[in-house]
Amino acid sequence: MHELFNNLVSNWHLNPVLMSVVTLLWILMIAALVLAFMATFAGVTSWIERRIAGRMMSRVGPNRVGPGGSLQWIADGLKCFLKEDVIPGAVDKPLFRFAPYLVFTGCFAAFAALPFGYGLVASNIDIGIFYISAITTFVVLGVLMAGWSSNNKWSLLGGIRSAAQIISYEIPTGLSILTIVVLAGTLNMQEIIQQQGGWPWHWFIFNNPFSFVAFFIFFSSILAEGNRTPFDLPEAESELVAGYLTEYSGMRFVFFFFAEWANLWVMSAIITTLFLGGWQIPGINDLGALISQSAGAGKYLWILASIAVFFTKTLFFVFVVIWVRWTLPRLRVDQLMVMCWKYFVPIGFICLLGSALFTILPQSSAWNWFYLSMRLVLTALGFGIAIALIWRSIYNIRALDDKIYIKVWE
Amino acid sequence: MVLALKNYFLNIKKAFISIFEGMAVTLSYMARKPITIQYPDRIPKPVPEMLPPSYRGVLEVDIKICTGCLACMKRCPINIINIQTFRDVESKKNYMTCFDIDIAKCMFCGLCTEVCPTGSIRHSTEFEASSASIINMVLHYISYGDKVPVYKPVKDQEAQSIPQNEAFRQVHVSWNTPPPLAADVVRGSVRWKPDKPEEEK
Repeated sequence: MHELFNNLVSNWHLNPVLMSVVTLLWILMIAALVLAFMATFAGVTSWIERRIAGRMMSRVGPNRVGPGGSLQWIADGLKCFLKEDVIPGAVDKPLFRFAPYLVFTGCFAAFAALPFGYGLVASNIDIGIFYISAITTFVVLGVLMAGWSSNNKWSLLGGIRSAAQIISYEIPTGLSILTIVVLAGTLNMQEIIQQQGGWPWHWFIFNNPFSFVAFFIFFSSILAEGNRTPFDLPEAESELVAGYLTEYSGMRFVFFFFAEWANLWVMSAIITTLFLGGWQIPGINDLGALISQSAGAGKYLWILASIAVFFTKTLFFVFVVIWVRWTLPRLRVDQLMVMCWKYFVPIGFICLLGSALFTILPQSSAWNWFYLSMRLVLTALGFGIAIALIWRSIYNIRALDDKIYIKVWE
Repeated sequence: MVLALKNYFLNIKKAFISIFEGMAVTLSYMARKPITIQYPDRIPKPVPEMLPPSYRGVLEVDIKICTGCLACMKRCPINIINIQTFRDVESKKNYMTCFDIDIAKCMFCGLCTEVCPTGSIRHSTEFEASSASIINMVLHYISYGDKVPVYKPVKDQEAQSIPQNEAFRQVHVSWNTPPPLAADVVRGSVRWKPDKPEEEK
């Protein structure tokens, strides 16, 4: 994005004042683009999630507004927009009003460093993944603020739980991010992707057994950081009414949910970037060189292809997160903490050390067969689990003499 | 120590297997047909036609075979049935001028249907009787001003009744019908009367 801007502006020969104005406009435009993407994604996902949840519970899900209910999210958004913004009398008003924006900001700011395709990132900063893990902690502040200012026991419990949970799970998340950073040797999101290749055995998840384990730790702990089920203790509806959301209504309520669904993209995009080779197209080793060589429309076609690859992987993980939500029951607080401190943290440290060990192993061509065979075995294992899951599902259907029925628009 | 370590890895194994099985179950349900019946518009035929005839729906009266014996009115524990009869002195015949059932109060006990000698009052399979105005929930099986001769049973002959649900459908008003303007015109259905102006006294 920055290169594109420099190419554009260098021909205009602007004086410094005008230049800063143009730069500011450019920044605002990029922010608006990303915000538009985030808003649309959060809205559409709210509908898709309810559809998937419906089908997993043998229901249909929202299917009346628009074809297959696909405009349901607009109707819901409009409804909440027109609702009264109720602020209870006993709340701490400034904090209560401010909390949803803090949560929203924390989530939106993460989009600044997320890649979308080759050369497509709002800000290609060198400490990308570090910035993301730092800026998303704004969410804890917002949730805690909402819980405290609501002046309600359910909200306070939810907020405190959220703080305990997110701060605890920062550690396994950080450790598993470090596992990949050690392998990649950089914190820049785009460069982490460039270190990987198109084929699955070039991805960092299948790089060595430790990064394979780190993937599962990262996936679980980022679910906990995003307050998704099975770690949705802060808003556990069976215990805490709606946790820190209890007193919120109308548009402020929507801001929280907006952040939650946008967070789904943030999670999945980080997973795709760190572990699954990002936008790398299978079979192409150096996409950058290919793009700089090709002229005209071909250039943009390659960029579009990289976007398509990135989106496919990310949307698959969005589906997995939704799928996990409607499968697993919620953990108790003690189980949550046991899982973090007894399982994820020690295993995360082992993964970090093991991965570091792999970087100092001899990298001569005589060892290549060893690395390649290890990667192939891990790839087979990863895809084997996925295929076994599908086979098991088909078995479950056949065992009850049911038929496979996949009709999306119903 | 060894046991604790064994348990530690056993727990990880259990977690993996149970998550795997759980995910397989939910995925399999996603690829199955939903069992939801999309009431009321996306079903093969209306729900009242799918219910068994013994279903205790809204009470209906086949007025053609009503003997005017008032057994149902007397049997009703909460007095929701209102029947008015009179004897025409000239023609020496019995007539009914009112047969109202207040289904807003009805508790569907079915006692009235048990005492009916001809099966005139009975349950239909209709249940969609909601209304925007509670006055519309009083069903007038004889409309205002009509008089219906009572049915005289013929010996060794079953009373010929119209099909189930027909009688209800004739008197049913759609749910968004506005209430009658002068509520006290509708006999037996007045629940609320505005206070009389003072100057009448």
